[in-house]
Amino acid sequence: MTASTAPIATEKLTALEAEGIHIFREVAGEFDRPVILFSGGKDSTVLLHLAIKAFWPAPVPFSLLHVDTGHNFDEVIEFRDGLVEKHGLRLVVAHVQDWIDDGRLAERPDGTRNPLQTTPLLDTITEQKFDAVFGGGRRDEERARAKERVFSLRNSFGQWEPRRQRPELWNLYNGRHRPGEHVRVFPLSNWTELDVWSYIERENIELPSIYYAHERDVFQRDGMWLTSGPWGGPREGETVERRVVRYRTVGDGSCTGAVDSTAADVRTVIAEVQASRLTERGATRADDRLSEAAMEDRKREGYF
Amino acid sequence: MSDLLRLATAGSVDDGKSTLVGRLLYDTKSVLADQLDAVERASVDRGLSTPDLSLLVDGLRSEREQGITIDVAYRYFATPQRTFVLADTPGHVQYTRNTVTGASTAQLGVLLVDARKGVVEQTRRHAAVLALLGVPRLVLAVNKIDLVDYDESTFAVIAKEFTTHATELGYADGSVLSIPVSALVGDNVATRSANTSWYSGPTLLEHLETVPVAPEPADAPFRLPVQYVIRPRTPEYPDYRGYAGQVSAGLVREGDEVVVLPSGLRSTVASIDTADGPLPAAAGGRSVTLVLADDLDISRGDVIAAAENAPEPVDELEATICWLAEKPLTAGTKVLVKHGAKTVQAMVTDLDSRFEEQTLSSVESPEQLQLNEIGRVRIRTSERLPVDDYAVNARTGSFLIIEPKDGDTLAAGMVGAPLPVLGEPTATTS
Repeated sequence: MTASTAPIATEKLTALEAEGIHIFREVAGEFDRPVILFSGGKDSTVLLHLAIKAFWPAPVPFSLLHVDTGHNFDEVIEFRDGLVEKHGLRLVVAHVQDWIDDGRLAERPDGTRNPLQTTPLLDTITEQKFDAVFGGGRRDEERARAKERVFSLRNSFGQWEPRRQRPELWNLYNGRHRPGEHVRVFPLSNWTELDVWSYIERENIELPSIYYAHERDVFQRDGMWLTSGPWGGPREGETVERRVVRYRTVGDGSCTGAVDSTAADVRTVIAEVQASRLTERGATRADDRLSEAAMEDRKREGYF
Repeated sequence: MSDLLRLATAGSVDDGKSTLVGRLLYDTKSVLADQLDAVERASVDRGLSTPDLSLLVDGLRSEREQGITIDVAYRYFATPQRTFVLADTPGHVQYTRNTVTGASTAQLGVLLVDARKGVVEQTRRHAAVLALLGVPRLVLAVNKIDLVDYDESTFAVIAKEFTTHATELGYADGSVLSIPVSALVGDNVATRSANTSWYSGPTLLEHLETVPVAPEPADAPFRLPVQYVIRPRTPEYPDYRGYAGQVSAGLVREGDEVVVLPSGLRSTVASIDTADGPLPAAAGGRSVTLVLADDLDISRGDVIAAAENAPEPVDELEATICWLAEKPLTAGTKVLVKHGAKTVQAMVTDLDSRFEEQTLSSVESPEQLQLNEIGRVRIRTSERLPVDDYAVNARTGSFLIIEPKDGDTLAAGMVGAPLPVLGEPTATTS
């Protein structure tokens, strides 16, 4: 008996969808300037899909915000821009490079830019006076995220204070905040990776092509298949080979690894997720392997 | 929905609750290899000889340092029979408010006791909280049964004491089950233990997989709090006006006569819209957009209800609250009340009684309610609210009390007296 062979009942997806739509509508009713964090990844694409359904036939009453590390996969940026145009959305892009160029941030010695996203994110939230920020975070991703509320209050420094979290009762979400504070909102809190993929299948949601198996030149580092790009390439002793891979998560190219996979469509990806013995972050994110509390520390600083 | 069970776990500190949850995840193979590697590495670092499964659950640095659970953690696992959403809530008295949080959405509560200590103050408190919030079923996991040499009579004494307490709280015989377990070793969690041959009941996991889940009451009168008014004003939909919300109770059908509260205006449902097309009917839990036949003035916070059996909007209500804030509540305190999609100014005018969960009695006219205390209060609101009795409908009978200054959630509110046994005054303060 394994957890992963359980069928995902369509009723469960309907309930998760209804909950997500409820959360979007609460935010639309209670906040002045909400924004959706949108990276073009599968979770934020599902998030946007829910937002479109929540306000249909009216347009989504929010902007999108992407913190672009400059280390994104071309396929993902193209996908992002295509979706924005298709739905007539407004996209704000905060380029990490701008913060590096004017000295507000310094490039890290290891070249990875994922941790550098926090400052541009918080600066943009302040400048644009966003008071609610939707994220695609799920509680099943990581154990610090398992402690997260659906409405998560951030102080005027954008920080998460686990001990100051409000009790979240029934389906009554409390969006009250003081000037300068904002609330992070996670409509996918109760979804698992498998739920997300099952919903993508049910709703026929388009994703960036790199989520599906393709041939790519990769090299191995820290047990992951990395690929060359603006973030750098193989170091001495790392050899490049051509393999059939796909990405389980889509993030900064310097620390997001591909997995060996021949899963070329949603069906086969679902089968692969069901059989996997690794979490998506454990398999493909170097930044979460740094320490026992890597995610908690980044969240406290104001990360997604 | 029968394929999904929402449960909350609670227990006193050191009862091994996180270990039990870790064990459930481990034995249902919900723990993936990299998570287990991380736990094994951390356990070795701590000088332990076996993996400490509680490390799977205690997600915050301070929790791992202190070896306790501070905050509610949500866990997701599944077996071929069912999918589970588990709210793991902390044991410390000062974190009882998190038990309230976990219990507010739970269909089953799992309480833990240490077989060496039996039913303690926190067990009685947690059982009262679960009963008050209307959690329909309880399981008592008598943990660390290995440490009492799998002694049947020790288990029987604890089970009997707990069942008696649960009965006093209003739980019927068939809704409470006690199970002897060892979370550390795994006895009777997912696999039947050879060490407890005297126990013939199900393992904890078997029980979770098979326990009946109460369905949505189909005959409850229809309610939908309006969250948002959808007005596209696009060339395609120039005059569309829809009222978006989640059905909180009952069933709505196209053509039904409805009343808008608190105004009392009436209309009929012209269509039940979703992005996937109109529905002939929608039941509790569905997020929909209602279009009405008449052009009425309806805004966020109004409630659309069945014309028959509509609640009477009130501006004075009697309620039972769990006080969740450090600063005590006194009569005359000005607050905000959030009910459905409506937030109004309000004042707690009277504190009628404070419950003593230990003795299942109450103290009349207390001076104040302190953190984690439960009591009956009277509240006056600046606008009329269409509330239902919590015991009849939890979703339309629940509300939040909010601090106007910083927006903190101060209390969980339930209209009426959902736990009658706590209502009978038996003592009076000096």
